[in-house]
Amino acid sequence: MTFPTAAPTVLTVNKLCVDARTPEGLRRVLDDISFELKLGETLCIAGESGSGKSVTSLAIMGLLPKASLQIASGSIALEGRELSRLSNSAMRSVRGGDIAMVFQEPMTSLNPVMSIGAQLTEAIREHQGSQGNTAEAVALRMLDAVHITEPAKRLKQFPHELSGGMRQRVMIAMALSCRPKVLIADEPTTALDVTVQAQILKLMDELKREFGASIILITHDMGVVAQMADRVVIMQAGRIIEQGNALPVFNAPKERYTQDLLAAVPRLGAHAGTDGPPRVSPQIGEAPALDRAPVLTVRSLDVTYGKATGWLFGKKPPASAVSGVSFEILPGQTLGLVGESGSGKSTTGKAVLGLIPFTGDVVIDNCNIGGLSQRQMRPVRRSAQMIFQDPYASLDPRMAVGAAIAEPLIIHGLANKGERGDRVAELLRRVGLDPDAASRYPHEFSGGQRQRICIARALALNPKLIVADESVAALDVSVRARVLDLMLELQETLGLAYLLISHDMAVIERMSHNVAVMRSGRIVEMGSRRSVFESPRDAYTQALMAAVPIPDPALRHVA
Amino acid sequence: MIFLLMRRLVQTALILLGVAAITFLLLYALPADPARMIAGRSATAQTVANIRHELGLDQPLLAQFWAYLKGLTEGNLGRSYAQKTDVGALIAARLPATLILMAAGIFVEVLLGLFLGVIAAVRRGGPVDRFVMMASFVGVSAPQFVAALLLLYVFAVTLAWFPMSGFGTFAHVVLPATTLGILGAGWYARMVRSAMIDVLNQDYVRTARAKGLSSARIVFRHALPNALLPVIAMIGIDIGQFMSGVVVVEAVYGWPGIGQLAWQAIQQVDIPIIMGVTLVSALAIVLGNLVADVIAPLIDPRIRAR
Repeated sequence: MTFPTAAPTVLTVNKLCVDARTPEGLRRVLDDISFELKLGETLCIAGESGSGKSVTSLAIMGLLPKASLQIASGSIALEGRELSRLSNSAMRSVRGGDIAMVFQEPMTSLNPVMSIGAQLTEAIREHQGSQGNTAEAVALRMLDAVHITEPAKRLKQFPHELSGGMRQRVMIAMALSCRPKVLIADEPTTALDVTVQAQILKLMDELKREFGASIILITHDMGVVAQMADRVVIMQAGRIIEQGNALPVFNAPKERYTQDLLAAVPRLGAHAGTDGPPRVSPQIGEAPALDRAPVLTVRSLDVTYGKATGWLFGKKPPASAVSGVSFEILPGQTLGLVGESGSGKSTTGKAVLGLIPFTGDVVIDNCNIGGLSQRQMRPVRRSAQMIFQDPYASLDPRMAVGAAIAEPLIIHGLANKGERGDRVAELLRRVGLDPDAASRYPHEFSGGQRQRICIARALALNPKLIVADESVAALDVSVRARVLDLMLELQETLGLAYLLISHDMAVIERMSHNVAVMRSGRIVEMGSRRSVFESPRDAYTQALMAAVPIPDPALRHVA
Repeated sequence: MIFLLMRRLVQTALILLGVAAITFLLLYALPADPARMIAGRSATAQTVANIRHELGLDQPLLAQFWAYLKGLTEGNLGRSYAQKTDVGALIAARLPATLILMAAGIFVEVLLGLFLGVIAAVRRGGPVDRFVMMASFVGVSAPQFVAALLLLYVFAVTLAWFPMSGFGTFAHVVLPATTLGILGAGWYARMVRSAMIDVLNQDYVRTARAKGLSSARIVFRHALPNALLPVIAMIGIDIGQFMSGVVVVEAVYGWPGIGQLAWQAIQQVDIPIIMGVTLVSALAIVLGNLVADVIAPLIDPRIRAR
């Protein structure tokens, strides 16, 4: 873990500055970035969105988009050879040869119309000049090295035939196939399920030793940093805030920003020994009196996708997405629905709101919505609202914030013009925004503020139940913590019930009274948060918890 | 693939039936009377009535349509009123010329469109891009007869590189095919450009760059096949557009194809020929789409899987 300082330096970034071309002139996006990467070490560059960590990696690769970004000054040197002033063709041989890169999105990072084999051998031929069979043999060996089963068959397959985890393995195989000195991995596991993430991190660590590469790992996830890093660089707003060996940075961060960042990281087990989420509102006595009748009851919910389509031979076998799911939520309580991608948790959320066809019973506020028409659903929708994952995509960019929040009021005919303005202002204040925000447009707000606007819109109809599908997944940790606090506060003061859908075990633990773990369309374990988190009975639940990276380098269990 | 072909066969039959019905109704609704046109201005009412009876035009509409359909199932497109010959034979004699013209036109259109679209996308925002976009706009906006006259004036009259009109040699094909292709080339250039710009921003192109591949390989091996997918679907639909262009271009260049045949038939209200040409065009459109459907999975493995 600690490295002898005698290890030779592979990559040196010195006083690197990068400017962005904007209509208003040049704007500095990277300011005075300096760090060294030693042979055989893993350097983690961590920071929130906009910190400049991805720009740093693109600058090293010589892949800055020419139209918008340029290196203003400073140097990037690979084993003493200056890269920032290399010609295009000289840089090409470095790229993919000496420095290789793995990207965040395995689903879209492979060319959909080229076979896995063609994409693998292409890089090998380009950099090693090997011909036909040799390149294929190398490709085969590489797939084997990243533990892909039946490598010979995979070479002939296309990306869509592989799962996300397998595609990321292919990306890693591709990156390492030319035995690069440096491997840059930009959020390589962010798009993956937590159990797959654990496998990929383990693989990277193993291959680092096997191939003798040094790794720059870029991530927003302090858990991943703790698992992988020998040394850490913390970035914020284009500057390096703090850097050093992993243990001291985690245990005794010098800078205020690092301290805040680490404090905001949710830790699994942080709420052990308590039944509900922590209270966040100061006036404890004013909690509203609540019914004990469930606000939502779901009984044997089944959702099937892909009914017969088209005419004449155009039938697809129906696929079951959710089967036999039953649960209930009491007023003022949160059910955390946790599971990996494809587990059916989002489908369940949509079915609960009647957004997709289903069979079984869904009773919202004493009204069974099974078989109701859209028109009949309308009054029920007042009691149940949804907050979506992507605050950037779920607000109409051409609609002022006030109009977006007022829209549900108009649709349900709840307020006249005068009242509407007051209601919107009240809702904005409720979610911690200035009422002036009503006349502004979504692009003027940050991600966290937009999610607050979405919450205000969901609150407009005084719902009893809010379905929150990965509502904080797109937000930075510090922002995420504040939005979660807001949701808790609203629950305490308004008696809201939440169906909280998330892949993030720490978020579920922080927010839930009860937890349901889903896998392959079924609930495999359900119970109070305490029982599920502190004594999980199901093997899958246990595996899920074990795979969550712990944000403490002293407790690393991946390598 | 066999399912696809069978489904398409049934669809084709239904489409042709629909086209036949609509065309038949429209022609019946015309104020012009084919019997009078054949008889001539000075014919007596009796002569006109005789001709009408002879052609079966005095029968109820439904009976006429039924008789026509029955002929179709036997491969009989009927007899021309004016030329007194078999419509099938007339079309068969003219079809090769039209097919040559269309093939050449599509070739010009796709080649020019791809070339300009790719260049514009790669040089996005630069002077080349702006020129291509302007030129394609002109190409799209210019009516076909204007383009035809301009090409004739420059290349046939002034430079005398190509013949004014006629049929037979390669030189005869160049101007009509170019006229036919220019309009589509403008559309294709724009479509290919936007598809390429979209593809060049995809993650897998970034991956290709990160591998250190050359720009040429990135553009032609990684980006272009992906950008071609919407273009191929478009070519299938485009055949219909092409058929209307063929009528104009054949008329201007005196090209002996079915466009000219249709043009004469419309003037003479020669219903069997109009019907025949319409049905052949509809068939061409359906076949064009079928070809596009067959080619697309060759490029895109994701479609193959379904």
